Amino acid sequence: MLFKNPVYRKMGDCSLLVEVGDEIDIDVNQKVRELFAGLKTDPLVGVLDTVPGYRSLLIIFDPLETTLRQIQEEVQHLLRTLDPSQLPEPKTMEVPVVYGGEYGPDLKWVADYHGITPEEVIRFHTGHTYHVYMIGFMPGYPYMGELPEEIVTPRRETPRTVVPRGSVGLAQKQIGIYSTQSPGGWQIIGWTPLILFDSARWPPGLLEMGDQVKFYAIKEEELVNWQQ
Amino acid sequence: MAAVKTFEILAPGPLTTVQDCGRFGFGAYGVPVSGAMDSFSLRIGNLLVGNAENEACLEITVVGPRIMGLIDPEIVVTGADLYPHINADPLKMWCSHFIRKGEVLSFKGLRNGCRAYLAVTGGIHVKSIMGSKSTNLSAGFGGFEGRSLRAGDILFSNPSHCSPKTETWALQEDDIPADPADQSIRVIFGPQDDHFPSKTREIFLDATFRVTPQSDRTGIRLAGPPIEAKKNLGKSIISEGVVPGTIQIPGDAQPIIILGETVTGGYRKIATIASADLPFLGQVKPGDTVNFHRVSIDEAYQAIREQEKRINKLKEKMRAK
Repeated sequence: MLFKNPVYRKMGDCSLLVEVGDEIDIDVNQKVRELFAGLKTDPLVGVLDTVPGYRSLLIIFDPLETTLRQIQEEVQHLLRTLDPSQLPEPKTMEVPVVYGGEYGPDLKWVADYHGITPEEVIRFHTGHTYHVYMIGFMPGYPYMGELPEEIVTPRRETPRTVVPRGSVGLAQKQIGIYSTQSPGGWQIIGWTPLILFDSARWPPGLLEMGDQVKFYAIKEEELVNWQQ
Repeated sequence: MAAVKTFEILAPGPLTTVQDCGRFGFGAYGVPVSGAMDSFSLRIGNLLVGNAENEACLEITVVGPRIMGLIDPEIVVTGADLYPHINADPLKMWCSHFIRKGEVLSFKGLRNGCRAYLAVTGGIHVKSIMGSKSTNLSAGFGGFEGRSLRAGDILFSNPSHCSPKTETWALQEDDIPADPADQSIRVIFGPQDDHFPSKTREIFLDATFRVTPQSDRTGIRLAGPPIEAKKNLGKSIISEGVVPGTIQIPGDAQPIIILGETVTGGYRKIATIASADLPFLGQVKPGDTVNFHRVSIDEAYQAIREQEKRINKLKEKMRAK
């Protein structure tokens, strides 16, 4: 539910957490995006960074230039004057995925868990458009949702020590793409050749909060089309 | 003027990286701040060799590297005392020194703290990426080729902006930070202190926690009495942004102090370290103990202003020379 008035929480002396709702929900996340965009257009004095979350925006500032109280007052003012019609349209990104095999070592497990075939898992996965709620965990890692009920799957009991970059994972209703190699506990059903994060590119991240993502299946042989 | 070959890494130590004061403004892309874990030592180090405070230095972790000078640069070692030497002679820390071509800087063993900083006139020459020269190890960019140093690496330094110094500068004894071991660290409650019963909050403030070996630049993991959240709450919360110094309590009820390599987290946070005490955290190592005492937000601001005043005073003292 979207709060009538945001809840303000201090995270130390140099950051303010603005909670606009209490659950994972498109409207709540949309409000975070509006506030995030508003602060980008009209930056507040002393703000060093803003980190959007599912239902909150974290505002990090230099305590020598401003204070929690000051930031909170300015955010309250901004929320009263926000004009959502000024928001840029989110982009829609189509993401090619090789499903199963060594690219998606958990695809079969996910299928067995639901008593369906791997092909059906792929059909469910590619049949929806997903909302990017936030980027986090590692540079460029998108948290997306909501997965259709038919393939909602718990995390792996034992996390892997190495998940390759580009792996597409599921955890409950969420979908993520590993933007760099890392340990991880999500169910890996496929792999994309797209580069989610590149520090030499602008913007460095392929996806931003609010973007819409649609997956489509490709064959291993087609990967040559994405070779750099 | 071009950058010049300044150091050859003969042995790298387990984790020696290029860092500055950190990378800000890219949290929305999941990019953490990185940077020096003990920013105070890095800033002072830079000042002592005549640099701007935010120049790139080497951050040296627990075990020192062996580094050979390829020219005659002015250097200084600050932060943890790893017993630095130039060839066979001990090197005075917090005091700048002109080394000679062919001399070797080495470290004979940890005496206190966790991370030492090596600053050089002009700063280590690496590309600034997204506004910072800090190394992001997880995504492999920034710093020196996005990684920790290896034997054989050749580091360049920038030509100095100012006319070269002819004398060495030292920090006065009184201004050198105390041994960081077993410090009481100031915290501000929140953002989710209300998720913990008042009894748990008392336990948190009374307890002495031991730093476990699983600690790294991502977080300091503590072992101590369980810090249990209220019974009716789930194990985690909906993921949100985090800052260095915030203390999260995962399912096993053992606190983790978040450091500079992550931007989001899904665990509730009982308290957050006062900014003025963040540099201490960079000097905390496995086996040390920490305890926390609560301060108000105004006390935290007071502390940070005092720290900046101290640094500004040092700057003036150096300019007066």
